Amino acid sequence: MSTLSPVLSAHWDEPDSFTIAAYKRHGGYGALAKALKSTPDEVIALIKDSGLRGRGGAGFPTGNKWSFIPQGDNKAHYLVVNADESEPGTCKDMPLLLANPHSLIEGIIIGSYAIRANHSFIYLRGEVVHVYRRVQKAIEDAYAAGFLGKNILGSGFDLELTLHAGAGAYICGEETALLDSLEGFRGQPRLRPPFPAIAGLYAMPTVVNNVESIASVPSIIEHGVEWFQAMGTEKSKGYTLYSLSGHVANPGQFEAPLGITLRQILELAGGIRSGHQLKFWTPGGSSTPMFTAEHLDVPLDYEGVSAAGSMLGTKALQIFDETTCVVRATLRWVEFYKHESCGKCTPCREGTWWLVQIMKDLEAGKGTEADLEKLLDLCDNIAGRSFCALADGAVSPIISSLKYFRAEYIQHLTEGGCPFDPVASTLFETAGA
Amino acid sequence: MSFTHEELAVMDSIIARYPKKRSAVMPLLHYVQSLDGYVTERGIETIAEKLDLSTAEVTAVSSFYTQYKSEPVGEYHVGICTNTLCAIMGGDAIYESVCQNLGIKKDQTTADGKISLERIECNAACDYAPVVMVNWEFYDNQTPASVNELLDGVRSGNPPAPTRGPSKLRTWKENSAVLAGLSDGLAEEGLQAGEASLLGLNIAKSQGSK
Repeated sequence: MSTLSPVLSAHWDEPDSFTIAAYKRHGGYGALAKALKSTPDEVIALIKDSGLRGRGGAGFPTGNKWSFIPQGDNKAHYLVVNADESEPGTCKDMPLLLANPHSLIEGIIIGSYAIRANHSFIYLRGEVVHVYRRVQKAIEDAYAAGFLGKNILGSGFDLELTLHAGAGAYICGEETALLDSLEGFRGQPRLRPPFPAIAGLYAMPTVVNNVESIASVPSIIEHGVEWFQAMGTEKSKGYTLYSLSGHVANPGQFEAPLGITLRQILELAGGIRSGHQLKFWTPGGSSTPMFTAEHLDVPLDYEGVSAAGSMLGTKALQIFDETTCVVRATLRWVEFYKHESCGKCTPCREGTWWLVQIMKDLEAGKGTEADLEKLLDLCDNIAGRSFCALADGAVSPIISSLKYFRAEYIQHLTEGGCPFDPVASTLFETAGA
Repeated sequence: MSFTHEELAVMDSIIARYPKKRSAVMPLLHYVQSLDGYVTERGIETIAEKLDLSTAEVTAVSSFYTQYKSEPVGEYHVGICTNTLCAIMGGDAIYESVCQNLGIKKDQTTADGKISLERIECNAACDYAPVVMVNWEFYDNQTPASVNELLDGVRSGNPPAPTRGPSKLRTWKENSAVLAGLSDGLAEEGLQAGEASLLGLNIAKSQGSK
């Protein structure tokens, strides 16, 4: 039996895969017709029963999120899709939207029907113009085909869908910062409660879902709960996109049942780049504590990764081989979090600056061993002390790299600098370039 | 100098997309950049007037987001990914090489106004690392040599097409208009998926055929 399970990516190899014609050729928008024949509550129940969990990082059950929207409250409801994909290493939603944007559009219409929303939004990061074009065209074509607008397929259900470009702020991937940004403010996270389900966009009941979560909905409606549950593990049902990048022979996207291991994916992909060995990797982006070769057989589902001390996150498998300096890698990630801290909470705003200063000294071999303790002490004072999880992400690479590679930090100190040649980790000869 | 009637009408059409007009501030800022190349004073003033905000409120939003520029950038804005994965796989070397080639550093523009340079964070294309963006179009799997060719092409007015994008590289202003929601009709150009995007699918298909 195949260890892979292409669903969303099943037709990406057809040159016109992104068109509405191609999508319909493969049964697209059939799930919408089916869903509109059920009641909204039946759709919510079905997605709940399927066990679909959020694919954007937190893994919260999608159907439960939908069921939190108060019904009969005579308020406007909103479905907002988080397409602000920017967690370092994460590169699944952009290829999905380039090649198959209608899976998202169909999922949005079904989700909006379920939560009784008549206006929905896609918040797409701004630094991907061609993705914007594809999604915009898909929306136009869906309107023209009668899948959006008034009285969709004669059901009496109306839906407007607005595409909104971000402008280069990682923090807007955090759902409440995203809502503030969409309202026209600086993207800063809100204090919760109230949660978006009660007071989200314009203080109205709102569901914020990741692209992949929503794009998975039509397949579940079409093939049924049993089909979906036949894939995955006990508590992590279904299929998902894993993104393999870094020092591997062949980087790329792999759609597989939840619970596949990195060892299995590497075997399929041709392994680590020739002549090198795995040193460390992230299971789900830079905010998820790093793993090493000892974690090759960890099941990549929500529970498996968590039990091994990290998080499934966005399933962004960033692979680094033995040529990579873990201190340099960690410093660069921490610089990212410092740059992207929105400045609202003091521990994050100030703390990430201190982390960068100490990490810079350590990488240059200028610190002392006491700095390692200071670093951990700082991390302790940053994590969990801010409105959102950005600060928690900032300390993850530090704590995990110190756990597995403390000796390498000390080697920088004893040798008075970085013992690695950065050229060796590049994919090309830099000489003469 | 104020905006033309046509330009002001476009702004109204952008505002009309949202249940509350303040939500239009971001697409309006992208639109101003499509006209002026950066966020100009007249842009801030007009947006403030249209949305019933103070200019300070509009500036507060504009200055929060890195894609909005307070100074003119080049006709071609080059972003080198120097987040961890791209940096390690060659992004740092590419950045150094581009600085030498152009004689500028990050957040600067060449004297002729043609090319500006930025170090960018992860652009969601890690399976194509090292990644370079020009006017926010993907240039995948870059090397210092390939980026030099890219820059030569930009200088001579004949830049290579983006790896996953339209057949011809558009200017900073033209692409800013797209981000404001003004279609340029190019959605169907370019690849549906690059090689890395298809890796798992191709492997699954070869497994199935065995």
